Amino acid sequence: MGNLLEHMGIERDRVHFSWISSAEATKFVDVVKEISDKVKGLGLNKKFVKDYN
Amino acid sequence: MNTCIKKIRELSADLLEKGEVEKVIGFAKGTIPMATSPIAIQKKQDVNKLVFNSTCGLNLANYVSKGKGKIAVVTKGCDDRNIVTHIVENQIQRDQIYIIGVPCTGMVDKPKIAALFEDEILEFSEDNDTLTVSSLLKTQTLKKQDYLKGNCFYCTHKNPVLYDVLAADLVEEQKLDNLFPDVDQIETLDEDAKWNHFENLTKNCIRCYACRNACPLCYCPTCFVDESDPQWVGKGQDKTDVNTFHFLRAFHCAGRCTDCGACVEACPMGINVRDFTRKLNKDVLQLFGWEAGLDMIKRPPLDTYRPEDPDDFIK
Repeated sequence: MGNLLEHMGIERDRVHFSWISSAEATKFVDVVKEISDKVKGLGLNKKFVKDYN
Repeated sequence: MNTCIKKIRELSADLLEKGEVEKVIGFAKGTIPMATSPIAIQKKQDVNKLVFNSTCGLNLANYVSKGKGKIAVVTKGCDDRNIVTHIVENQIQRDQIYIIGVPCTGMVDKPKIAALFEDEILEFSEDNDTLTVSSLLKTQTLKKQDYLKGNCFYCTHKNPVLYDVLAADLVEEQKLDNLFPDVDQIETLDEDAKWNHFENLTKNCIRCYACRNACPLCYCPTCFVDESDPQWVGKGQDKTDVNTFHFLRAFHCAGRCTDCGACVEACPMGINVRDFTRKLNKDVLQLFGWEAGLDMIKRPPLDTYRPEDPDDFIK
Protein backbone atom coordinates (compact mmCIF):
# COMPACT_ATOMS: atom_id res chain seq x y z
CA MET A 1 0.00 0.00 0.00
CA GLY A 2 2.83 2.33 0.89
CA ASN A 3 4.43 1.51 -2.45
CA LEU A 4 1.33 2.40 -4.45
CA LEU A 5 0.83 5.64 -2.49
CA GLU A 6 4.45 6.51 -3.16
CA HIS A 7 3.92 5.62 -6.81
CA MET A 8 1.05 8.11 -6.90
CA GLY A 9 3.28 10.81 -5.46
CA ILE A 10 2.38 10.67 -1.76
CA GLU A 11 5.52 11.11 0.36
CA ARG A 12 6.58 7.81 1.92
CA ASP A 13 6.87 9.29 5.41
CA ARG A 14 3.20 10.26 5.55
CA VAL A 15 2.07 6.67 5.98
CA HIS A 16 3.41 4.56 8.81
CA PHE A 17 2.73 0.99 9.81
CA SER A 18 3.45 -0.44 13.22
CA TRP A 19 2.38 -3.34 15.37
CA ILE A 20 2.22 -2.26 19.00
CA SER A 21 0.91 -4.40 21.80
CA SER A 22 -1.18 -2.78 24.55
CA ALA A 23 1.71 -3.60 26.88
CA GLU A 24 4.21 -1.63 24.82
CA ALA A 25 3.54 1.90 26.01
CA THR A 26 7.10 3.07 25.44
CA LYS A 27 7.12 1.70 21.89
CA PHE A 28 3.85 3.54 21.24
CA VAL A 29 5.37 6.82 22.47
CA ASP A 30 8.50 6.31 20.37
CA VAL A 31 6.53 5.51 17.24
CA VAL A 32 4.16 8.45 17.62
CA LYS A 33 7.09 10.80 18.26
CA GLU A 34 8.85 9.52 15.16
CA ILE A 35 5.72 9.84 13.06
CA SER A 36 4.94 13.36 14.19
CA ASP A 37 8.55 14.46 13.63
CA LYS A 38 8.60 13.02 10.14
CA VAL A 39 5.22 14.44 9.17
CA LYS A 40 6.11 17.86 10.57
CA GLY A 41 9.27 17.70 8.52
CA LEU A 42 7.24 17.13 5.38
CA GLY A 43 5.00 20.12 6.02
CA LEU A 44 1.41 20.60 4.98
CA ASN A 45 -0.11 17.84 2.87
CA LYS A 46 -1.68 19.08 -0.36
CA LYS A 47 -2.44 15.73 -1.98
CA PHE A 48 -5.53 13.62 -1.36
CA VAL A 49 -7.11 16.58 0.44
CA LYS A 50 -10.79 17.12 -0.10
CA ASP A 51 -11.89 20.72 -0.60
CA TYR A 52 -15.28 21.08 1.07
CA ASN A 53 -15.76 24.72 0.04
CA MET B 1 -7.12 -16.76 -34.76
CA ASN B 2 -9.69 -16.68 -37.58
CA THR B 3 -9.81 -20.44 -37.88
CA CYS B 4 -10.29 -21.15 -34.19
CA ILE B 5 -13.89 -19.94 -34.29
CA LYS B 6 -14.86 -22.99 -36.33
CA LYS B 7 -13.44 -25.20 -33.61
CA ILE B 8 -15.10 -23.13 -30.86
CA ARG B 9 -18.49 -23.50 -32.58
CA GLU B 10 -18.03 -27.24 -33.12
CA LEU B 11 -17.00 -27.83 -29.53
CA SER B 12 -19.85 -25.68 -28.21
CA ALA B 13 -22.46 -27.42 -30.34
CA ASP B 14 -21.15 -30.77 -29.20
CA LEU B 15 -21.18 -29.83 -25.52
CA LEU B 16 -24.70 -28.43 -25.72
CA GLU B 17 -26.01 -31.36 -27.69
CA LYS B 18 -24.62 -33.89 -25.23
CA GLY B 19 -26.00 -31.79 -22.39
CA GLU B 20 -22.58 -31.64 -20.76
CA VAL B 21 -22.98 -27.96 -20.13
CA GLU B 22 -25.96 -25.71 -19.52
CA LYS B 23 -24.55 -22.85 -21.54
CA VAL B 24 -21.50 -21.66 -23.37
CA ILE B 25 -20.16 -18.22 -22.58
CA GLY B 26 -18.34 -16.67 -25.49
CA PHE B 27 -18.14 -13.57 -27.60
CA ALA B 28 -20.78 -12.42 -30.08
CA LYS B 29 -20.56 -9.84 -32.82
CA GLY B 30 -21.16 -6.36 -31.44
CA THR B 31 -23.69 -3.85 -32.72
CA ILE B 32 -20.99 -1.69 -34.28
CA PRO B 33 -17.87 -2.65 -36.25
CA MET B 34 -14.76 -3.51 -34.21
CA ALA B 35 -16.82 -4.54 -31.19
CA THR B 36 -17.84 -7.78 -29.55
CA SER B 37 -20.02 -8.47 -26.56
CA PRO B 38 -20.26 -11.41 -24.17
CA ILE B 39 -23.02 -13.91 -24.95
CA ALA B 40 -24.40 -17.01 -23.24
CA ILE B 41 -25.46 -19.67 -25.74
CA GLN B 42 -27.95 -22.21 -24.48
CA LYS B 43 -29.18 -23.80 -27.70
CA LYS B 44 -27.11 -25.73 -30.20
CA GLN B 45 -28.60 -23.85 -33.15
CA ASP B 46 -27.29 -20.57 -31.76
CA VAL B 47 -23.60 -21.49 -31.82
CA ASN B 48 -23.07 -19.58 -35.05
CA LYS B 49 -23.58 -16.42 -33.04
CA LEU B 50 -20.22 -17.08 -31.42
CA VAL B 51 -17.26 -15.16 -32.82
CA PHE B 52 -13.63 -14.81 -31.90
CA ASN B 53 -11.31 -12.16 -33.26
CA SER B 54 -8.92 -9.44 -32.16
CA THR B 55 -11.66 -7.25 -30.72
CA CYS B 56 -12.62 -9.64 -27.90
CA GLY B 57 -10.96 -7.48 -25.27
CA LEU B 58 -13.41 -8.10 -22.43
CA ASN B 59 -12.82 -10.82 -19.87
CA LEU B 60 -15.32 -13.70 -19.88
CA ALA B 61 -14.17 -14.94 -16.47
CA ASN B 62 -16.37 -12.10 -15.23
CA TYR B 63 -19.48 -14.06 -16.19
CA VAL B 64 -18.72 -17.54 -14.90
CA SER B 65 -19.38 -17.25 -11.20
CA LYS B 66 -22.95 -16.16 -11.61
CA GLY B 67 -24.22 -19.43 -13.11
CA LYS B 68 -25.42 -22.50 -11.19
CA GLY B 69 -25.11 -25.49 -13.55
CA LYS B 70 -21.99 -26.51 -15.42
CA ILE B 71 -20.95 -23.88 -17.90
CA ALA B 72 -18.45 -23.78 -20.71
CA VAL B 73 -16.42 -20.66 -21.26
CA VAL B 74 -14.17 -19.48 -24.05
CA THR B 75 -10.97 -18.12 -22.55
CA LYS B 76 -7.92 -16.24 -23.69
CA GLY B 77 -4.72 -16.60 -21.66
CA CYS B 78 -5.67 -13.78 -19.30
CA ASP B 79 -9.34 -14.81 -18.87
CA ASP B 80 -8.07 -18.25 -18.07
CA ARG B 81 -5.82 -16.97 -15.29
CA ASN B 82 -8.84 -15.18 -13.87
CA ILE B 83 -10.75 -18.46 -13.82
CA VAL B 84 -7.87 -20.00 -11.88
CA THR B 85 -8.11 -17.03 -9.50
CA HIS B 86 -11.87 -17.65 -9.17
CA ILE B 87 -11.19 -21.28 -8.27
CA VAL B 88 -8.46 -20.30 -5.78
CA GLU B 89 -10.85 -17.77 -4.22
CA ASN B 90 -13.70 -20.30 -4.07
CA GLN B 91 -15.93 -18.40 -6.45
CA ILE B 92 -16.41 -21.47 -8.60
CA GLN B 93 -15.49 -25.13 -8.42
CA ARG B 94 -13.27 -26.66 -11.07
CA ASP B 95 -15.88 -29.29 -11.98
CA GLN B 96 -18.51 -26.61 -12.55
CA ILE B 97 -16.69 -25.23 -15.51
CA TYR B 98 -15.59 -26.48 -18.89
CA ILE B 99 -12.83 -24.37 -20.34
CA ILE B 100 -12.41 -23.91 -24.08
CA GLY B 101 -8.94 -22.37 -24.15
CA VAL B 102 -7.91 -20.08 -26.98
CA PRO B 103 -4.19 -19.35 -27.38
CA CYS B 104 -4.32 -15.62 -27.95
CA THR B 105 -2.30 -13.48 -30.32
CA GLY B 106 -3.38 -10.25 -28.70
CA MET B 107 -6.32 -7.90 -28.86
CA VAL B 108 -6.37 -4.59 -30.68
CA ASP B 109 -6.43 -1.13 -29.19
CA LYS B 110 -9.73 0.19 -30.58
CA PRO B 111 -9.32 3.87 -29.64
CA LYS B 112 -5.87 3.87 -31.26
CA ILE B 113 -7.32 2.56 -34.52
CA ALA B 114 -10.32 4.88 -34.34
CA ALA B 115 -7.94 7.82 -33.95
CA LEU B 116 -6.58 7.15 -37.46
CA PHE B 117 -9.96 7.95 -38.94
CA GLU B 118 -11.77 11.25 -39.09
CA ASP B 119 -15.13 9.61 -39.60
CA GLU B 120 -16.85 6.54 -38.25
CA ILE B 121 -15.35 3.10 -38.87
CA LEU B 122 -17.75 1.02 -40.95
CA GLU B 123 -15.85 -2.18 -41.43
CA PHE B 124 -13.17 -4.15 -39.66
CA SER B 125 -11.65 -7.39 -40.80
CA GLU B 126 -8.46 -9.29 -40.08
CA ASP B 127 -6.31 -11.90 -41.65
CA ASN B 128 -3.68 -13.20 -39.26
CA ASP B 129 -1.44 -10.20 -38.65
CA THR B 130 -3.12 -7.80 -41.01
CA LEU B 131 -6.07 -5.64 -40.09
CA THR B 132 -8.23 -3.94 -42.70
CA VAL B 133 -10.27 -1.06 -41.43
CA SER B 134 -12.57 1.09 -43.56
CA SER B 135 -14.68 4.17 -43.13
CA LEU B 136 -16.56 6.14 -45.78
CA LEU B 137 -13.49 8.24 -46.51
CA LYS B 138 -10.75 5.62 -46.64
CA THR B 139 -9.62 2.04 -46.18
CA GLN B 140 -6.46 1.36 -44.26
CA THR B 141 -4.41 -1.79 -43.86
CA LEU B 142 -2.63 -2.05 -40.54
CA LYS B 143 -0.18 -4.40 -38.91
CA LYS B 144 -1.86 -5.90 -35.86
CA GLN B 145 1.41 -5.88 -33.93
CA ASP B 146 1.49 -2.05 -34.07
CA TYR B 147 -2.04 -1.71 -32.71
CA LEU B 148 -2.08 -4.15 -29.82
CA LYS B 149 -3.71 -3.16 -26.54
CA GLY B 150 -1.20 -2.00 -23.93
CA ASN B 151 -1.60 -5.12 -21.81
CA CYS B 152 -1.29 -7.47 -24.82
CA PHE B 153 1.91 -5.72 -25.78
CA TYR B 154 3.54 -6.80 -22.49
CA CYS B 155 1.71 -10.14 -22.26
CA THR B 156 3.81 -13.19 -21.42
CA HIS B 157 0.90 -15.60 -20.86
CA LYS B 158 -0.91 -15.79 -24.17
CA ASN B 159 -1.69 -19.46 -23.77
CA PRO B 160 -4.35 -20.65 -21.34
CA VAL B 161 -2.91 -22.33 -18.24
CA LEU B 162 -5.95 -24.43 -17.35
CA TYR B 163 -8.25 -25.87 -19.99
CA ASP B 164 -10.34 -28.86 -20.93
CA VAL B 165 -9.80 -28.40 -24.62
CA LEU B 166 -7.89 -26.04 -26.87
CA ALA B 167 -9.48 -24.31 -29.85
CA ALA B 168 -6.15 -23.80 -31.64
CA ASP B 169 -2.50 -24.72 -31.40
CA LEU B 170 -0.50 -23.16 -28.60
CA VAL B 171 1.35 -19.99 -29.59
CA GLU B 172 4.88 -19.00 -28.72
CA GLU B 173 5.13 -16.86 -25.59
CA GLN B 174 7.15 -13.70 -25.88
CA LYS B 175 10.16 -13.25 -23.62
CA LEU B 176 10.59 -9.76 -22.25
CA ASP B 177 13.64 -8.43 -20.40
CA ASN B 178 11.52 -5.91 -18.59
CA LEU B 179 7.86 -6.66 -17.95
CA PHE B 180 7.08 -3.21 -16.58
CA PRO B 181 8.81 -0.44 -18.58
CA ASP B 182 5.68 1.73 -18.25
CA VAL B 183 5.73 1.46 -14.44
CA ASP B 184 9.47 2.14 -14.36
CA GLN B 185 8.93 5.29 -16.35
CA ILE B 186 6.45 6.68 -13.81
CA GLU B 187 8.81 5.68 -11.00
CA THR B 188 11.53 7.93 -12.39
CA LEU B 189 9.33 11.00 -11.90
CA ASP B 190 9.53 13.13 -8.76
CA GLU B 191 6.69 13.15 -6.23
CA ASP B 192 4.81 16.11 -7.66
CA ALA B 193 5.15 14.88 -11.22
CA LYS B 194 3.81 11.47 -10.16
CA TRP B 195 0.87 13.11 -8.45
CA ASN B 196 0.19 15.23 -11.52
CA HIS B 197 0.39 12.17 -13.72
CA PHE B 198 -2.33 10.40 -11.76
CA GLU B 199 -4.46 13.52 -11.36
CA ASN B 200 -4.37 14.07 -15.11
CA LEU B 201 -5.01 10.39 -15.71
CA THR B 202 -8.26 10.38 -13.76
CA LYS B 203 -9.45 13.91 -14.47
CA ASN B 204 -11.98 12.73 -17.08
CA CYS B 205 -13.33 9.92 -14.91
CA ILE B 206 -17.13 10.05 -14.73
CA ARG B 207 -17.39 7.43 -11.96
CA CYS B 208 -19.43 5.09 -14.16
CA TYR B 209 -17.64 2.12 -12.58
CA ALA B 210 -17.40 0.37 -15.93
CA CYS B 211 -13.81 -0.60 -15.00
CA ARG B 212 -15.09 -2.28 -11.88
CA ASN B 213 -17.99 -4.00 -13.62
CA ALA B 214 -15.78 -5.36 -16.39
CA CYS B 215 -13.30 -6.75 -13.88
CA PRO B 216 -13.69 -10.42 -12.93
CA LEU B 217 -12.02 -9.69 -9.59
CA CYS B 218 -14.80 -7.30 -8.53
CA TYR B 219 -17.41 -9.79 -7.40
CA CYS B 220 -18.21 -8.37 -3.94
CA PRO B 221 -22.00 -8.28 -3.43
CA THR B 222 -21.70 -4.67 -2.30
CA CYS B 223 -18.71 -2.76 -3.57
CA PHE B 224 -17.09 -0.29 -1.16
CA VAL B 225 -18.05 2.57 -3.48
CA ASP B 226 -21.75 1.68 -3.28
CA GLU B 227 -21.78 1.30 0.48
CA SER B 228 -23.50 4.23 2.18
CA ASP B 229 -23.24 3.18 5.82
CA PRO B 230 -20.39 3.65 6.39
CA GLN B 231 -19.59 5.67 3.31
CA TRP B 232 -15.98 4.84 2.57
CA VAL B 233 -15.62 7.29 -0.29
CA GLY B 234 -17.58 10.32 -1.52
CA LYS B 235 -19.78 9.61 -4.50
CA GLY B 236 -19.34 12.83 -6.45
CA GLN B 237 -16.85 14.11 -9.00
CA ASP B 238 -14.51 15.58 -6.39
CA LYS B 239 -11.03 14.74 -7.62
CA THR B 240 -9.98 13.41 -4.21
CA ASP B 241 -12.92 11.00 -4.22
CA VAL B 242 -12.19 9.99 -7.80
CA ASN B 243 -8.56 9.26 -6.96
CA THR B 244 -9.55 7.44 -3.77
CA PHE B 245 -11.84 5.21 -5.80
CA HIS B 246 -9.10 4.38 -8.31
CA PHE B 247 -6.49 3.86 -5.62
CA LEU B 248 -8.68 1.49 -3.62
CA ARG B 249 -10.04 -0.34 -6.64
CA ALA B 250 -6.48 -1.04 -7.71
CA PHE B 251 -5.45 -2.13 -4.26
CA HIS B 252 -8.32 -4.59 -4.05
CA CYS B 253 -6.77 -6.23 -7.12
CA ALA B 254 -3.31 -6.58 -5.58
CA GLY B 255 -1.86 -10.03 -6.24
CA ARG B 256 -5.01 -10.98 -8.16
CA CYS B 257 -4.86 -8.85 -11.30
CA THR B 258 -3.90 -10.71 -14.48
CA ASP B 259 -3.55 -7.48 -16.48
CA CYS B 260 -6.29 -8.58 -18.88
CA GLY B 261 -7.06 -4.97 -19.71
CA ALA B 262 -10.85 -5.36 -19.47
CA CYS B 263 -10.97 -2.25 -17.25
CA VAL B 264 -9.30 -0.14 -19.93
CA GLU B 265 -11.40 -1.78 -22.64
CA ALA B 266 -14.58 -0.85 -20.78
CA CYS B 267 -13.63 2.73 -19.92
CA PRO B 268 -15.71 5.15 -21.99
CA MET B 269 -13.32 7.99 -21.22
CA GLY B 270 -10.16 6.23 -22.40
CA ILE B 271 -8.45 6.26 -19.01
CA ASN B 272 -5.54 3.86 -18.72
CA VAL B 273 -6.52 2.62 -15.25
CA ARG B 274 -3.85 -0.07 -15.60
CA ASP B 275 -1.34 2.57 -14.50
CA PHE B 276 -2.56 1.82 -10.97
CA THR B 277 -2.83 -1.97 -11.13
CA ARG B 278 0.44 -2.45 -13.01
CA LYS B 279 2.43 -0.98 -10.14
CA LEU B 280 0.90 -3.55 -7.80
CA ASN B 281 1.57 -6.36 -10.28
CA LYS B 282 5.19 -5.28 -10.40
CA ASP B 283 5.45 -5.13 -6.60
CA VAL B 284 3.83 -8.52 -6.12
CA LEU B 285 6.20 -10.07 -8.64
CA GLN B 286 9.28 -8.47 -7.10
CA LEU B 287 8.36 -8.94 -3.43
CA PHE B 288 6.62 -12.30 -3.55
CA GLY B 289 7.61 -13.76 -6.93
CA TRP B 290 3.93 -14.04 -7.71
CA GLU B 291 1.92 -13.74 -10.88
CA ALA B 292 -1.81 -14.22 -10.46
CA GLY B 293 -3.70 -17.18 -11.84
CA LEU B 294 -0.86 -19.53 -12.69
CA ASP B 295 -1.34 -22.02 -9.90
CA MET B 296 -4.47 -23.60 -8.41
CA ILE B 297 -2.71 -24.96 -5.33
CA LYS B 298 -0.55 -22.11 -4.06
CA ARG B 299 -2.25 -19.50 -1.92
CA PRO B 300 -2.00 -15.88 -3.11
CA PRO B 301 0.53 -13.68 -1.29
CA LEU B 302 -2.07 -11.51 0.47
CA ASP B 303 -3.82 -14.63 1.71
CA THR B 304 -0.90 -16.24 3.46
CA TYR B 305 1.99 -15.51 5.80
CA ARG B 306 5.59 -16.56 5.43
CA PRO B 307 8.27 -15.61 7.96
CA GLU B 308 10.45 -14.36 5.10
CA ASP B 309 7.78 -11.95 3.80
CA PRO B 310 9.24 -8.48 3.29
CA ASP B 311 8.52 -6.39 6.39
CA ASP B 312 10.73 -3.33 6.14
CA PHE B 313 7.66 -1.07 6.05
CA ILE B 314 6.56 -1.91 9.58
CA LYS B 315 8.12 -0.71 12.79
